[in-house]
Amino acid sequence: MTPGDYLPILIVFGIVGGFAYFSLALTHLLGPRRYAPIKQDTYECGVDYVGDSRQRFSVKFYLVAVLFLIFDLEVVFMYPWAVNVRTLGWFGFVTMTIFLVLLTVGLLYEWKKGALEWE
Amino acid sequence: MSEIGAFLLEKTVVGSVMFGVTLGVVAYATLGERKLSGFFQDRHGPNRAGPWGLFQPIADGVKFFTKEEFIPDRANKALFVIAPTFTFMAAGFLIAVIPFGDRIVVNGREILLQIADVNIGILYILAISSLGVYGVITGGWASNNKYSLMGGLRSSSQMISYEIAMGLAVVALLIDHGTLSLRQIVLNQTGPIWQWSVFTHPLGFIIFYVSAFAEAARIPFDLPEAENELVGGYHTEYSAMKFGLFQFGEYTHMTLASGLIATLYFGGWSIPWLTAPAEPTVWWGLLTFAVFWIKTFFFMFVFIWVRWTLPRFRYDQLMGLGWKKLIPLAVLNILAMAAILIATGGAGME
Repeated sequence: MTPGDYLPILIVFGIVGGFAYFSLALTHLLGPRRYAPIKQDTYECGVDYVGDSRQRFSVKFYLVAVLFLIFDLEVVFMYPWAVNVRTLGWFGFVTMTIFLVLLTVGLLYEWKKGALEWE
Repeated sequence: MSEIGAFLLEKTVVGSVMFGVTLGVVAYATLGERKLSGFFQDRHGPNRAGPWGLFQPIADGVKFFTKEEFIPDRANKALFVIAPTFTFMAAGFLIAVIPFGDRIVVNGREILLQIADVNIGILYILAISSLGVYGVITGGWASNNKYSLMGGLRSSSQMISYEIAMGLAVVALLIDHGTLSLRQIVLNQTGPIWQWSVFTHPLGFIIFYVSAFAEAARIPFDLPEAENELVGGYHTEYSAMKFGLFQFGEYTHMTLASGLIATLYFGGWSIPWLTAPAEPTVWWGLLTFAVFWIKTFFFMFVFIWVRWTLPRFRYDQLMGLGWKKLIPLAVLNILAMAAILIATGGAGME
C-alpha cells in the first residue's frame, strides 16, 4: 500500500464532480428563464405561504444527531478490533464486551429516559 | 509512455468506463422501475418512446437539461444550487472501491476491473455514503420551504440512524473476513456456493439489507418523500437538472447498495465452483463483470418489488425499528460472531 494507491480515488472524484458541475452548467445554459413573482414564491400547495421555515423544529432531531455521534464512533472503534479478532483472542473479546456493555447501558438509559420515543 | 503515465491513463479509462456503465444502469433503473411498477399493477408502463419505451431514459435526460431552472426567491441561492451535487457526488464516489470484476487483459496489460483496490475499502464506503446526508439537509434547509425542511430533517435523522445498524452489521462480517479490502472479501468467497457470506451471516445480511432500504429512502422507509404528507420532501422546490441530480443520486445509491450487498454477502463477481484461470483472460474478466451486474440487478429488482409489497411505516415505527431492534440485534450478532470465531480457533470460514 502506497499513497499512489489512493490516486485513482482522486481521479474518480474528478470524473464524478466534473459530471455534476457540467450537467448543472448545461441545464443553466439550455433551460429557458422567465421570471414571474408568483412562480418564484415558496410552494405551499397553491395558497399563500404562511410565515417562514426558518423556525424552531423538534429537539428530537438534535438528540438523534448526538446519539449518532456516540454510536458511530463506537462503530469506528470496533473496526480495528474486528479485523484483528483472530490475533487478539479472548483478551480482545472481553475488552470489547466491556466497551459494548458500557455503551449498551447508555443506550438503555436513553431508552428509559424516552429519548427514542416519537409521538 | 512512462509507467506512472500508463497507470494514470489506465485508471482514468477504467474510472470513466465504470462511471459510464453505472450511469447507464441508473438511467435504465428508472425505466425498469416504471416498467416493473406497471407489471405489478397490471398496466403497461412507459411504452411510447422507442420499442417497449427503451428510449424513455434518453427522453427524460433531454427534458432534465431543457426544462426551466427554477430558484425560489426566498431560497438561499448558493446552497440551493450546490446541494444536489452533494447528494450525487456522495453516491457517485462510491464506484471508486466497488469490485466490478476480476482482472482483464488488454494489449498484454493486466487491468483490474476495480478502480482502487485500497485496503480500507469498507471504511471508505461508510465514510462517503454518510456524506449524502449533507446534500439532503442542505437542500431541505436552503429551499426555505416547510415541506422541504421537514423532509430534509426526517431524511437525515433516518439516514444517520440506520447507518449505525449498517456499520455494526458489517463489523460482524469483518470479524469473519479479517480484512477491509473489498477485493479480498470477494476472493474469500470464491469456491463452493456455501462460501458466500450470506450463509455464515444470515442475521447480518438481514440487518444490512433493511438498513440499505432505509439509507436509500426506499419504501417502506420513504418517509423523507412521503408524498401525501410532504409533497416531494427535500426536493419539493427543485426542477430541471438540479432535481435530476437528486434523482440520479438516489438511484445511484440504490444501485451501488445492491452492488455492495452482492459483493459483501453473495460473492461479488465470483462464480460458485469456478476459479479464476491462472493467466487472466479477456473472457474471464468480462464474465465476472457480467456476473457482478446480474447479482446487482437481482437486488435492485427486490428493491422495486418491495416497493409494491409493503406499506410505508410511521416515523416513530421507523426510528423504533432502527434504535430499539436493529442496533441491539447487531451488537449481539457481533459478540456471537466473535465468540464463535475465537472458540473454534479462527477456523470459522476462510
